Amino acid sequence: MRVVIIGAGQVGSSIAADLASAHEVIVVDCDEERTEELNYSLDVLGVTGDGTSVSTLEEAGIGEADMVIASTDDDETNIVVCSTVKAISDAFTIARVKNTEYLRTWERSERAFGVDFMVCTNLLAAESIVRMIGLPAARDVDPFAGGKVQMAEFEVDEESPVANQTVAEADRFDSLTFVAILKNGCVEIARGETLIEVGDRVVVIGSPESVREFAGSVAPEESQGTAEEVVIVGGSEIGYHAARLLESRGFKPRLVEQDTDRARDLAERLPQTVVMESDATDIEFLEREHIGDADIVIAALDSDEKNLLVSLLGRRMGVERTIAIIDTNDYVELFETVGVDVGVSPRSVVAEEISRFTREGEAENVALIESDKAEVLEIEVDAESILADRPIHESVADLPDGVVIGAITRDAEFITPRGDTVVEVGDHVVVFADIDVGEEVATRL
Amino acid sequence: MKLRVDARASLSLVGSVLKYLAVPLCLPLVVALYYGDPVAPFVATIALTVVAGVGLERLDPDPEIRPREGFLMVAATWLAVAIVAAVPYLIEAHGIPMVTQPINPESTLGNPANALFEAMSGFTTTGATVLGEISFDAHTRSIMLWRQLTQWLGGMGIVVLAVAILPELSVGGAQLMDAEAPGPGIEKLTPRIAETARALWGAYLGLTVLEIVLLYSLNVAGVDQAMTLYNAVAHGLTTMPTGGFSPEARSIEAFSATAQWIIIPFMVAAGTNFALFWHVLTGDPRRLFGDSEFKFYVGAMGTLTAVIAGILFAGGLVGAAPAGETFDAAYLETVRAQIVGQVEPSLRYAAFQAVSIVTTTGYANMDFNAWGPPAQYLLLFAMFIGGSAGSTGGAVKIVRWYVILKSIRRELFTTAHPEAIRPVRLGGRTIDENAVRGIYSFTLLYIVIFFVGAGLLFLDSLRIGPTLSVLEVLSATAATLGNVGPGFGIVGPMGSYLAFSDASKYFMVGLMWIGRLEIIPVLVLLTSEYWTR
Repeated sequence: MRVVIIGAGQVGSSIAADLASAHEVIVVDCDEERTEELNYSLDVLGVTGDGTSVSTLEEAGIGEADMVIASTDDDETNIVVCSTVKAISDAFTIARVKNTEYLRTWERSERAFGVDFMVCTNLLAAESIVRMIGLPAARDVDPFAGGKVQMAEFEVDEESPVANQTVAEADRFDSLTFVAILKNGCVEIARGETLIEVGDRVVVIGSPESVREFAGSVAPEESQGTAEEVVIVGGSEIGYHAARLLESRGFKPRLVEQDTDRARDLAERLPQTVVMESDATDIEFLEREHIGDADIVIAALDSDEKNLLVSLLGRRMGVERTIAIIDTNDYVELFETVGVDVGVSPRSVVAEEISRFTREGEAENVALIESDKAEVLEIEVDAESILADRPIHESVADLPDGVVIGAITRDAEFITPRGDTVVEVGDHVVVFADIDVGEEVATRL
Repeated sequence: MKLRVDARASLSLVGSVLKYLAVPLCLPLVVALYYGDPVAPFVATIALTVVAGVGLERLDPDPEIRPREGFLMVAATWLAVAIVAAVPYLIEAHGIPMVTQPINPESTLGNPANALFEAMSGFTTTGATVLGEISFDAHTRSIMLWRQLTQWLGGMGIVVLAVAILPELSVGGAQLMDAEAPGPGIEKLTPRIAETARALWGAYLGLTVLEIVLLYSLNVAGVDQAMTLYNAVAHGLTTMPTGGFSPEARSIEAFSATAQWIIIPFMVAAGTNFALFWHVLTGDPRRLFGDSEFKFYVGAMGTLTAVIAGILFAGGLVGAAPAGETFDAAYLETVRAQIVGQVEPSLRYAAFQAVSIVTTTGYANMDFNAWGPPAQYLLLFAMFIGGSAGSTGGAVKIVRWYVILKSIRRELFTTAHPEAIRPVRLGGRTIDENAVRGIYSFTLLYIVIFFVGAGLLFLDSLRIGPTLSVLEVLSATAATLGNVGPGFGIVGPMGSYLAFSDASKYFMVGLMWIGRLEIIPVLVLLTSEYWTR
């Protein structure tokens, strides 16, 4: 597939890196230094020029392109790029926007703006935060099969009941499958004898109830489910969307915003949220409002440093879990070492979403683990699939190493896959696969 | 000192309204011809209003209305139409000197104070009366019809009607309607204000006709012989404006229980925001039941009904003679026998009276003077509630109380959490802080005027009588300022305001006037900043 990416910022480069191994990638940016740099650092072609002009697009070979991803930092530019592309070629267009209004318009008529697929940075970041809130200790959660199946990633600490056990010993949770262990950033497929050590992360797939139950036993001290108290610091668009999504899930979050007009505006738009106008680093205020008793603090201010500060302050006051928005991808790991529980980078969330979408192809739904180390696919089984009408232990032998069947849903019912489970045509299977075998698995299943 | 208000433009528009007032005056004229009543009161008034109207219009042939002129125009219009409406009553009592003989020289409306009181009470849909004798023996059917018709015209608002009809009002129209319409702010339903005004009047006319048809069908079906066509029309014309003038001396008590049950929902509708009916008619009925003001309004009446019905059913003080008053012992006995321990009558009397007072209609299906203090105090309290914004009801208006309650809750919350920002919400919308402040000042002003007014009335009654109890004074003030109509004691639903001195009556005319226009548009005329800066 020939993919043209407009905009070589953090998002564009990271998508380019994801796709470069399997596809022909051309990156367009108006900054010559960046395109030069990409020419060397990645196996892609850099073209310098304005992505909204037809001549630049033609130079990038738009006529033969199968897909165009507009990922500059400017919403309007991305939309104009897609419209221009639609006017001169048949390529599939993907636009990245920040403003949710554009997304609303696009959702109303999927032909709007000449955009075939639209991703909204702020909304995606807020959604990924909110997904984690339902599950204490989870670092990443993705729904599959219309919400009947969940994939979640957990960190294992000393007190965890599965620490220092083999997968076979730990496998005592109903409707839950351990699919992989992440050790020092490497993905290991979970086999019976794999040892789960402190500091590892485990990836599990199961029914939402079982995942929640597992989350509860992994982090028993963190409170469960609905009664959670969430404080959002910073009324940025991400903060606003997080509050809005939490409201729709029945939470009554508190939101702290310093700017008077913005606070008032948010208070009007968020009926279930208590909006407070204050500086979030004012310790006296934090104490007076008992922020320390909160279960979760989400730091969504505009600056990474302030978010770090707020998270650290929150930790010190006794907050159970802090989630910080981190704009600069490179800081995520650093901040997580210093004391932020989970760092969410809006750019990598959106890059992941676009990469995920470009890989979907044969699969119904895809999620990426650790950006690009492994993927989880949801596939509807048809008659030609090697899984069809065979027990799993037989079909697995025909599949490459690095594949685990995590869950099966049949007529919207959850089925725990075990060796003797027979997969039928029409079932949805959620499969974990190493990134190297992902393509192969997707075609053979 | 230079005036900064173009009074000529305002008065010119008042003239236009007066000129057109001749059209509704033709209706009682036709009725007079039909019944063979003397036509002099109406012919003379039509001539007078056309001459006065045309004369005023000449002051400024091309009036331009700006916000300030709007206030003057609205306030002056209401005073002018009341004065014109008083003319037929005066002619009825005195005749036209050297032209016609008096029709009813005994009429209490011969006194100019009484005539103006009755006319203002009509247009402001108060329904307080100074008629000595309410019967067709004393007054012709055409005069009585004029009395009902003034209420119907005043209900949805004369200025709103003028905006609907007069093309020259299309520019300043929204401003004018805002000054006149009950409640804070108006809702523009259509891009053109004249169409909005027509839509409101259309819904109003439609409901009035529906009520007349339903009431008259009772007569046709043989359920209620007292509900003649004349009575059906008269009650239709006075229910929808939340007026309360009934041509029957015993008000709605004269009709069957079925007729009373039919009138209740129409009173409820009259106190509802008419914009909601427009939404229902244009195919969005959920707007009515989803409206938080409407829910609060129905809830308030429901609660009040339940409590009063409980009091009536249980008996208690019901049927005890009101303090310091001689009351017909036989009537009290009938009241007790009728309602105490009876489910349907308790409920019917409670619901009818609660709805009638909350919506500021002022009908009575029983002399509630006989109810005893607990139920009466509840009704006095209900006089302050009022109908919805954009309805024909008077008093403070339910939406203001709702906003005040919510902002008090907000106040309590921010006392504990000083940094919290909580907009006051009405349904899905948030209310602007300036609007909240406006609502507070209106309500405070209303209460201040109520107490000062009650004090002045009381002082005046000490001067030349009548002897009034505190409840009577308070209820008379609340009933005129809130455009309710009947109060308690001598101003009760079967009584009248006749006993007051002329000075008190003129004062109450003023209360009705400022009450109908919601105080501020009239009061602003009394400030020097309005005129000179």
